[in-house]
Amino acid sequence: MKNSNRKTKRWFLYLFFMAALLTGVLSSCEKAVAAKENPELMKVYGESEAELTAPPRVPRPVGKRAATKLVVNMEVVEKEMEMSDGVSYVYWTFDGTVPGSFIRTRVGDEIEFHLKNHPDSKLPHNIDLHAVTGPGGGAESSFVAPGREAVFTFKTMNPGLYVYHCATAPVGMHIANGMYGLILVEPEGGLPPVDKEYYVMQGDFYTEGENGERGLQAFDMNKAIDEDADYVVFNGKVGALTGENELTAKVGETVRLYVGNGGPNLVSSFHVIGEIFDKVHVEGGSQINENVQTTLIPAGGAAIVEFQVDVPGNLVLVDHSIFRAFNKGALGILKVEGEENEKVFGGKIEEKPYNPGVSSVEEVVEETEAVAEVHGSLAETMERGKTVYTQNCLACHQATGAGIPNAFPPLAKSDYLNDDVNRAISAVKYGLTGEIKVNGDIYNSAMPKQNISDQDIASVLTYVYNNWGNNKTEVTPEMVKEVK
Amino acid sequence: MKTIFRLAVCFAILIQGQVYSQSGSMVKVTGGKFIPLYGTKEAVKVNDFQMDVYPVTNREFAEFVQKNPRWKRSQVKALFADESYLQNWKDDVIPGDEQLLNSPVTNVSWYAAKNYCECQGKRLPTVDEWEYVAMADETKADARVDKSYNKYILSWYETPQTFRNEIGSTFKNYWGVYDLHGLVWEWTIDFNSVMISGESRNDSTGDNSLFCGASAVGASDLMNYAAFMRYAFRGSVEARYSVKNLGFRCVKDENSEAL
Repeated sequence: MKNSNRKTKRWFLYLFFMAALLTGVLSSCEKAVAAKENPELMKVYGESEAELTAPPRVPRPVGKRAATKLVVNMEVVEKEMEMSDGVSYVYWTFDGTVPGSFIRTRVGDEIEFHLKNHPDSKLPHNIDLHAVTGPGGGAESSFVAPGREAVFTFKTMNPGLYVYHCATAPVGMHIANGMYGLILVEPEGGLPPVDKEYYVMQGDFYTEGENGERGLQAFDMNKAIDEDADYVVFNGKVGALTGENELTAKVGETVRLYVGNGGPNLVSSFHVIGEIFDKVHVEGGSQINENVQTTLIPAGGAAIVEFQVDVPGNLVLVDHSIFRAFNKGALGILKVEGEENEKVFGGKIEEKPYNPGVSSVEEVVEETEAVAEVHGSLAETMERGKTVYTQNCLACHQATGAGIPNAFPPLAKSDYLNDDVNRAISAVKYGLTGEIKVNGDIYNSAMPKQNISDQDIASVLTYVYNNWGNNKTEVTPEMVKEVK
Repeated sequence: MKTIFRLAVCFAILIQGQVYSQSGSMVKVTGGKFIPLYGTKEAVKVNDFQMDVYPVTNREFAEFVQKNPRWKRSQVKALFADESYLQNWKDDVIPGDEQLLNSPVTNVSWYAAKNYCECQGKRLPTVDEWEYVAMADETKADARVDKSYNKYILSWYETPQTFRNEIGSTFKNYWGVYDLHGLVWEWTIDFNSVMISGESRNDSTGDNSLFCGASAVGASDLMNYAAFMRYAFRGSVEARYSVKNLGFRCVKDENSEAL
């Protein structure tokens, strides 16, 4: 009995030992899985200073590097910069640009964030990074008076593209003045490599003067509250992505845009004219949508869009809430260079008159009009010209003839018009494509041929020439007819 | 010759008078009740007091440190002032090249400002006193609902480098006090009594019902915005901080002259 008792005991011990071993193996196995998936438990290797870039550039990809301790040094600067041609604004910025520097991290990184407020600043500031898991996204920990530096730390827990912004009272005003930017948290192993990456961020601005009113413009709180934006722009100003600032790519390359929306108020209908997004990381997160025309980017949100560019030409980045693009500035250019590919885009191969019903209606109308109004007084011509202008020209060249900087040339005080009337007639009659210089600025786009009668061309040009400081040329239908 | 001499004398007196009036002259502020823009829902009572017409200037503060060496930059205790204290001064007693003698002194800690006032038989104003006087525009004791008043303040917040301007370069308000808005921030004795944590959205919940009140439509929006910036600024500093945009002025209780 005694003996057998001992035997059973030993048996039990053995069993217990086995069980302990088994659970040990199991639990350590679980731990191994957890360590791979829970960023909190990820070990960090080494320490380095984060590379920060001004828009539209982005830092180098994280690639396959391990999680690390990353020191981010950012400075708050309040400074006057250009909002549009002749219009300036006192921006509040992270690192002196709008949007602020792009921060690139990977999941599991330990971030040591140094927020410095320049001594010349008038106000205290802070930063709320949407990539932070913790109270206020770091806002409270980073609250810093002028001439001070605040340091706080956090671990990047979730991969994605996140907005950061200032959250000091009054929050709306700090954001409206340009205090926002993007922080990218790449997944382990990094995002798949692409050929070109750019940083684009939309924002709405509220100025005391209307859009285009020159001089230093103050922030208008009432308009901000009413969400009545004077400027809606990419990267802080009108023309930040056009003219010599346009983005570039070559045919065949894959382009990835990190697109954010700082707001403060407006939601962006982000669209690239002439492209379809092959991939969209919806709302900057992990879900990928494919073959998207327009993606919605909420204020305080972001998206990653990717597309391969197949044909050369200018792709136009817009907020497809379209008046914002053509009238308030939300317009950028991605210039694609390379070989034509007619399989993808054949281009215009023919154009001919379209006259439903009567076959020769165009000529008939033109002749009767010409006969009826050829002897009209200047006042009548002007009146008619105004109507024609409103119907055909105003959308691009604007009611005041001011045009849109970097997109549509001005007709007001225009050296291009005043120097050569026949050139002007030709532009309206036959259209105009390619680079031209107007009042010292280069424009490179296309104006379509206007399908209006010679009489109407004469009237509208007379209207333009006798307005807005031009040289008062009177254009007659005969002059129009002469221009071949 | 005589006339020229007389003129010169007159001129000298005039200048003298001006300088005199700019250094340390005070005006009486009649007390009253008002509801501050932040921190409380209830009306607070402010007694009669006298307030400096202008903020303390570089010249005045230079004289002060000469007489009180413990407030010299080289000798001040770290406990009472951070590294930015009188940062751009040429040396212990001479303000820097960019700091006009007649501009408000900045980069001074709360301790230094407090002691300066005490040495003059004065004190720093309370937040309530300061806000009470500062709600006046040129003609009204309380202009807080006026658009132009708030616009002026907001636009000042967006104008860089105003600390370089001289005292008296802004408007004279209803009480005869200059430069409360438009030049520099000013220390108050209890600057940290209303805490803004920096997480302004937190501050808007819970007990700070005044912030919630601000969401009401109307003039109060604007007026609160202007005030929030001030309270936010006060919330961001500690007593030993010395900030480039932050100066001070002193006040005196109405009856303390007799003492």
